[in-house]
Amino acid sequence: MGRHVVLIEDEPNIAEAIRFLLTRDGWSVDAHSDGATASQVIRDANPDLVILDLMLPGKSGLEIVRELRAEHGMQALPVLMLTARGQMRDREMAEKAGVTRFMTKPFSNAEVLTAVRDLHAQAGQG
Amino acid sequence: MASLNVLAFVCLAYVAFLFFIAFWADRMATRGRSAAWMRSPLIYTLSLSIYCTAWTFYGAVGYAARSGLEFVTIYLGPSLVMICWWWGLRKLVRIGRSQRITSIADLLSSRYGKSNLLAAGVTILAVIGVTPYISLQLQSVTLSFAIFAEADPLRGYNETSIVFWVAAGLAVFAILFGTRNLNANERHHGVVTAVALEAIVKLAALLAVGIFVVWGIAGGVSETLARIDASRIGQWNVDGSRWAAITFLSAAAFICLPRMFQVMVVENEDERHLRIASWAFPLYLLLISMFVVPIAVVGLDLLPAGSNPDMFVLTVPLQQGQQGLAMLSFLGGFSSATSMVIVAAMALSTMVSNHIVMPVWLRLQSRQASVSGDVRDVVLLSRRVSIAVIMALGYFYYHLSGGAAALSAIGLISFAGVAQLLPALVGGLFWRGATRSGALAGLTVGFGIWLYTMLLPALGGGLLPEHILRHGLFGLSWLRPEALFGIEGLDPTVHAVMWSMSLNALVFCLVSLMSFPSPLERLQGAQFVNVFEHSAGPRGWTGSVAQCEDLMIMSQRILGASEAQAFFQRERLRQGGRGPLPEPTPAFLERLERELSASIGAAAAHAMIGQIAGGSSVSVADLLAVADETAQMLEYSSRLEAQSAELSATARKLRETNEKLTQISEQKDAFLSQVSHELRTPMTSIRAFSEILRDAGQLGPQEQRHYAGIIHDETLRLTRLLNDLLDLSVLESGQVSLNITAGTLSEVLDHAVAAALAGSETPLTVLRCPEAEGFRLSSDLDRLAQVFINLISNAQKYCDAEQPELTVSASVSGGRLHVDFTDNGSGVPADAQQMIFEKFARVSPERAGGAGLGLAICREVMQRLGGDVSYLPERSGGAFRVSLPAAGEKAA
Repeated sequence: MGRHVVLIEDEPNIAEAIRFLLTRDGWSVDAHSDGATASQVIRDANPDLVILDLMLPGKSGLEIVRELRAEHGMQALPVLMLTARGQMRDREMAEKAGVTRFMTKPFSNAEVLTAVRDLHAQAGQG
Repeated sequence: MASLNVLAFVCLAYVAFLFFIAFWADRMATRGRSAAWMRSPLIYTLSLSIYCTAWTFYGAVGYAARSGLEFVTIYLGPSLVMICWWWGLRKLVRIGRSQRITSIADLLSSRYGKSNLLAAGVTILAVIGVTPYISLQLQSVTLSFAIFAEADPLRGYNETSIVFWVAAGLAVFAILFGTRNLNANERHHGVVTAVALEAIVKLAALLAVGIFVVWGIAGGVSETLARIDASRIGQWNVDGSRWAAITFLSAAAFICLPRMFQVMVVENEDERHLRIASWAFPLYLLLISMFVVPIAVVGLDLLPAGSNPDMFVLTVPLQQGQQGLAMLSFLGGFSSATSMVIVAAMALSTMVSNHIVMPVWLRLQSRQASVSGDVRDVVLLSRRVSIAVIMALGYFYYHLSGGAAALSAIGLISFAGVAQLLPALVGGLFWRGATRSGALAGLTVGFGIWLYTMLLPALGGGLLPEHILRHGLFGLSWLRPEALFGIEGLDPTVHAVMWSMSLNALVFCLVSLMSFPSPLERLQGAQFVNVFEHSAGPRGWTGSVAQCEDLMIMSQRILGASEAQAFFQRERLRQGGRGPLPEPTPAFLERLERELSASIGAAAAHAMIGQIAGGSSVSVADLLAVADETAQMLEYSSRLEAQSAELSATARKLRETNEKLTQISEQKDAFLSQVSHELRTPMTSIRAFSEILRDAGQLGPQEQRHYAGIIHDETLRLTRLLNDLLDLSVLESGQVSLNITAGTLSEVLDHAVAAALAGSETPLTVLRCPEAEGFRLSSDLDRLAQVFINLISNAQKYCDAEQPELTVSASVSGGRLHVDFTDNGSGVPADAQQMIFEKFARVSPERAGGAGLGLAICREVMQRLGGDVSYLPERSGGAFRVSLPAAGEKAA
């Protein structure tokens, strides 16, 4: 299993932090900020993991997940969703849309790394 | 000459004969064997002749001898009423029957909401008005006795005792035959028959005297006419106003006199009798008045000057030595007096006992215990005592007035008194708007004026001091009894009638219009005015099948067709009958009533069944109960309606409040969620990079500095956000304190441009027009600068032109200063223009430096400064206009 991750995050500083962490952990990070083109980017990149912000310009993270899950070969793709709106309702909606794991900002670096490793391990087993 | 003994014997024999007739007629009536003639229109017409009292019998001749043809008016009034207004009388009779009216006081009280006050007032008025009249009858009988006494000087003669025994005898007669039955509405056959007989006697007597005068003394018709022409009666001038006034008075009295009401309405057997009486009674009057003028003329010729013309009917035959004719004439006069007194006493006693004695007695009783036992005895006793008292009043009035006045003058006073009832009576019959207050007020005014202008002056003596008569009440000349309001020169009778009747009618109408009738008055008013629609006249329910069909139809209307049919079917089976409908037995009617009352209430059911099964019209009490029930239901339902309206209003208010609260709550949630998001985003970066710096040991110094810079920037962002939030909350709560200073626009713009562009790498060119910026400002210039800085910063952030330019221009129009900020970028997209002033609204987040609160703050600030900030969509680039009140002119 490869270690290729697509990161969709509109806050440049957060994107830079995640890229730094994951690159150091051995991932190749493909970062984007636009929601509208995200689905296409993911489809083209065919990554092992997707990290997605909930609130994105152009298209919301939930919609992107729904589109992915509707596509053949994308059902099992692990998706880690990050959001600054940490309400219960958002978490429920995200799980319904097919998000694999949901994480509230601000998070600790260790949490992100653990989550990414777990998701990767699970996907490898499956 | 007949001695007084013979005269007394004849009188007694005559009265005994009347007793016998009355007794016999009563017996026949109670046994139900009364002959057809007793119920004939003839008896009715003859009984109406109690209008012709001793006043007309003796007085008419005196009247003619004194005032010429004016006496005709006394006959003219009633004749006009009978001929021209018999339909009005028919209405009166119909009401009397359908409402079970016992007297004119009862009629008025019944019409005006069963007011006992009104009834008592009318009763008192009638007693006062009629007392002189009764005394007049006593006087005429006494005078006629005196004529015979003069001719029989041997006998000791006591005038007072004669009057006393006449009054006592009449009282006994009235008591015996007028108060035999309790129900005043039952006819007094005995009395009516006796009155009819007396009517024949007086007509026969006058005709006999007349014939004797014309053919026996004058010697034929042509000679009589010649004598009339020669006498002063022939040249008498008719006083138009007196003529009209007295005709009117006699017409009014004919309707309003209690005794006339008694025989005309209460004793009426059949409405159709009125039709015949309408021509027969005027005919009777014509006959009885036919020989008045000849007797007067011959009397004036034959008898010595100074003899009382009121007694010509008696003295002319006596002077001619016609004893038998004189005796007949005496009996005629006696008949006139007795019939009037008896009927008047009966009518008045009914009124007094029903409207004065009984209410008082009942009130006294109710204080002790509930009324028990037989009330009949009390009523009969009170009627008998009333008759005695009325007779006594007449007797005393005779003594008080001294028996001196001319008969016709007393008669007219009486007429004018009872005529005061006319407006209330006629108004009550034909005008539904007439009210009790109006009737009371009109009666009081009319009666008061009558007392003051007619009765008191006539009594003279000590009752009305001389100076009042001469100079008016309180010395006010316009209050003189015989010249009210300064109208002088009128005949006293005309004057009194004019004022009392016109003011009576006027006050009656005005007060009726201004006052509001009670429900009972309304109901009774409708029943009276529309009496011909309410009651179908004399009718009886015949044929039980028709009756039951009516009941069926009514029940279907109330219960519904199927239910009513089922009920009738059940009843028919219960009776075991074979016909299609059950027999209307009392038990059946009772069950039906119960059935109906479940639907429409007890009173209504009772009234409805009574109307059909009882054959009688609905009683007032029933109708009243119906009205009450309906009113209660209406009130109840309207109360329910009001309650439900109140409830729904409250519910609506609650719903609105709830919606508003929900909205506010949602707004608060959305705002908190936004704030949370805006705070968490920089904190995420700060946490991530601070952990990187803490944990990662192998970072180069350049990377370290870069990451620390990010942390620093994000901290500043957080600080800005918090500042903006606080600023906005202060602005929105309205607690901001403005620091008003003076300056020019260019100074503020200088400061804003410098602050906005400081430390910015973005190359934004700001184009200004210094000569247009000379306006003086008086405002919070720091806050205004804040707005300008915000707008310039936005242009910096969002202008997407390659060479970004911002044009600042200023102008004044409509008393406002406009400062426009226009850049050369692509502007705000049309769909976003609506929301850019909302909190946390950002059009393109990737370029945003702030949290999207800038324009919201700008708008709040400008509103506090009395101005506004708006987006100008028609410009090519992004354009904002700041407008504020133009405080000063352009600086030189």
